[in-house]
Amino acid sequence: MTEFTPVSALIGGALIGLAAVALMALNGRIAGVSGIAGGLLSNTEGDRSWRWLFVLGLLIGAGGHELLRPETFELREGFPVMLLIAAGLLVGIGTRIGGGCTSGHGVCGISRLSTRSLVATITFMIAAAVTVAVVRHGFGVGP
Amino acid sequence: MKSITALIAGILFGVGLAVSQMINPLKVLGFLDVLGHWDPSLALVMVGAIAVTLPGFALLRRREKPLVADRFQWPTRTDIDGRLVLGAAVFGIGWGLGGFCPGPGIAAISLGWHEPLVFTLSMVAGFIAWHLYERGMAASTDG
Repeated sequence: MTEFTPVSALIGGALIGLAAVALMALNGRIAGVSGIAGGLLSNTEGDRSWRWLFVLGLLIGAGGHELLRPETFELREGFPVMLLIAAGLLVGIGTRIGGGCTSGHGVCGISRLSTRSLVATITFMIAAAVTVAVVRHGFGVGP
Repeated sequence: MKSITALIAGILFGVGLAVSQMINPLKVLGFLDVLGHWDPSLALVMVGAIAVTLPGFALLRRREKPLVADRFQWPTRTDIDGRLVLGAAVFGIGWGLGGFCPGPGIAAISLGWHEPLVFTLSMVAGFIAWHLYERGMAASTDG
């Protein structure tokens, strides 16, 4: 169980927004993580280095925060590995079919006032909430 | 230059994911768990992000080109088809199963913890599976 943390949520969200504006202002690209990472497979050679460095930046940013402010939360333990594998596969395939994830459709798409992204966001939010309801309250996995 | 600016945007994004605790799957599942002990924090992450990105993108729309690239690559698709909804639903199920979406899944690897690594490797397997499937489909239409 986690508690409501409105201030850190708003500040963290604003930083994500700033990153999205920066990537568009500088590189002319949408900060959609599934698109950036997934594009490493299909795009041409010259298009890959900025994608790798954006991904590396995610690791440096989160890792750096962990070094400066360690243990802001407790790591989950004992979660079934098979569920993680299934989750990863579904997220990988689903974001490619639907053309985006929480960042590309959710943050950037809604900020562009795209109906297409709004529909995608509402769909994945509902699907995720229903899944959690079934897994947690139906099968009793997790807290 | 494009790589350095992408790295900077990635770092900002990663810090935002850590500050907002999007990299904590229990926090994410707490938000998606509307039937349980609901934690609305992540709604405020979206609010914080869109509050910056929406006006930021509106200002950038008036500019002709980004600072270090040739052109703005704004998404152009507006169609809402079955693929969009199916993909978003599959992604949502995966997100609800594990509590990781692509950005946080990658960023949390920096905490040196097995869960995001297993998730991300499975997600990449999903990307590859979809990439091969699409290439196979394209080859069969060409032939």
